Amino acid sequence: MKFVLFHLMPYRNLDFVAAKKYRSAWTLLPNSFYDPVKGAEDYAAYIEQLVSGERLGFDIIGVNEHHQTAYGMMPAPNLIASALIQRTKHVNIGVFGRALPLVNNPITIAEEFAMLDNMSKGRLIVGFVRGIGSEYHTSGVNPAFSHERFHEAHDLIVKSWKQPGPFAFEGEHFTLNYANPWPRPFQNPHPKIWIPSQGSAETIHWAAAPERRYPFVVTFSTAEAVERYLKVYRSEAEKFGYEVSSDQLGWAAPIYVADTDERAREEAREPLERLFNDYLPMPWEMLIPPGYSSLASTKALAKVRTGLGVERQTLEQLIEKGTAIIGSPKTVRERIEQMRDRTGLGNMVCLLQFGTLNDELTNRNIERFASDVMPFLQDRTSAKKNAQPAA
Amino acid sequence: MAPTGQVIEVDGVAVGLLRQGKGKPVLFIHGANGVAAWLPFFENLSGKYDLIIPDHPGFGRSDDPDWIRSVPDLAFFYLDLMEKLDLRDVHLVGTSMGGWIASEIAIRNESRLASLTVVGPAGVRIKGVPFGDIFMWSNEEATRNIFLNQAIADRLLSVKPTDEQLDVMMKNRFAVTKYGWQPRMFNPDLEKWLHRIKIPTFIGWGREDKIIPSSYAERWKQRIPHAKVSIYENCGHLPHIEASDALFAEVKTFIDGVAV
Repeated sequence: MKFVLFHLMPYRNLDFVAAKKYRSAWTLLPNSFYDPVKGAEDYAAYIEQLVSGERLGFDIIGVNEHHQTAYGMMPAPNLIASALIQRTKHVNIGVFGRALPLVNNPITIAEEFAMLDNMSKGRLIVGFVRGIGSEYHTSGVNPAFSHERFHEAHDLIVKSWKQPGPFAFEGEHFTLNYANPWPRPFQNPHPKIWIPSQGSAETIHWAAAPERRYPFVVTFSTAEAVERYLKVYRSEAEKFGYEVSSDQLGWAAPIYVADTDERAREEAREPLERLFNDYLPMPWEMLIPPGYSSLASTKALAKVRTGLGVERQTLEQLIEKGTAIIGSPKTVRERIEQMRDRTGLGNMVCLLQFGTLNDELTNRNIERFASDVMPFLQDRTSAKKNAQPAA
Repeated sequence: MAPTGQVIEVDGVAVGLLRQGKGKPVLFIHGANGVAAWLPFFENLSGKYDLIIPDHPGFGRSDDPDWIRSVPDLAFFYLDLMEKLDLRDVHLVGTSMGGWIASEIAIRNESRLASLTVVGPAGVRIKGVPFGDIFMWSNEEATRNIFLNQAIADRLLSVKPTDEQLDVMMKNRFAVTKYGWQPRMFNPDLEKWLHRIKIPTFIGWGREDKIIPSSYAERWKQRIPHAKVSIYENCGHLPHIEASDALFAEVKTFIDGVAV
């Protein structure tokens, strides 16, 4: 397996009591809650944590994009990736991912990723996502066209990396007379593309198609859902006539390791419950704006829940459902092994800082995971990489 | 009594519609919530006129074709629908989003129109006077904000919709999003062409409208100076429900007064 040290960069110094007066930590929580002095300290600490991933043997260090929320302070993840490139030598840098439908000119995404790929001499892995529902409220982009814009932007970006420019792009949403981005990516033909997703059937089918075979990462779901989605990907691949490789199957989860299960639970409890009950919740109207998912998917979703985090979740429930992996090194190892044995999982995206978890516990968690869990599961060859410059 | 629904085809699009009554044709252009029920306002209109209430493409029983993507598309579609049904001297009545659509029809081609009635229309934006955010509100908030009279909201909220009704509500919601999410329930190109409306025009508004403030009525009057404007006191966003009798009386007087 390959291991990603992943960060959401939450704003930790939040007044949770006052924040509860708003409907969500997304979109409507006033940014007057943000104290730049505290926020700047968070950025500095988080970048150190990610940088430590190289020394500790992670295959990839990863960031992501979210807008107008205390949940994550990376509206521009490429800025963090750029800083990480300067602070590291060998580790891969993952931007998981950029929200393609939210931009008005996807070429900017192709350009910025190509810059990062050159600056890192081919260490970049990119993620393509659609953005979370609330980001259609904040960006103003019409969710009814989310899927169309995603596919068009994807096609434009990949084409601009593979086909010599200048060429004209004639889409419904994006039309350009001249697509000719400089620089070209360092890797030939382009950085690996991952698809992190909550697991819609349409997305899995599209990612698994033989011309793409994009690695798929199930994010923040119960173990049962992760297993189901990864199996759907496997069977989609079979229907396309090929056998899925473990490189294509990923899982993103909060993980906390300590000496004993008891101690891990004690230390992780408040930060984890903050993540799921304070940072993540949003009402249905923000989570699933109309058109964001297909009519059929939206109907199915509407039957099982209204909004995200509407019901409070305890640490015990999150462990029980397998949404979070919390415990001794042995417990954590077994949980990941179990999922690997059931699904062929090959990419473990580890959220080792979550919610309000402080720097001391975060650093201990990262080191403990790297020394007592990762070596037992990691591919021996995976730490080495051979990026080839573009021909 | 509610008429039996029928389905017609226009431009290859199946369109669900209700039609009842005899007399001058009145084409009712529904708002964002579609046609949920046969209202007393409809009963009254169909008692005097040939009332036609289509479901817009994307809504109710109508198809949702990919190629109809905007309110201007809907306006051209309705010009085709009027041709297809060979309607002449049509009295357009549009509420809320339907007022927006009706106005977009009228600025394009009035040749089949006798009059225009818009009630609490969307479509025009005054900077600094925002609409209520119908996409952020929960169903309960939206229902409570639509009506001033909370007894109506209470009654609607106490009824559990059937699965079929829920499906239609969701379909309608998808359609409103497609047409109105961005720019939010207006067309920046509508206001500058409202002067093209030459037919007799009636503008109605609920004084206590929490979706589109009644102060908008003044702007509409500026752009269509010959329009008659009525503001209904103690009334929210839907005068055809909350001030049904008063609105019907005025609309009837207005339509009957139009020389054809």
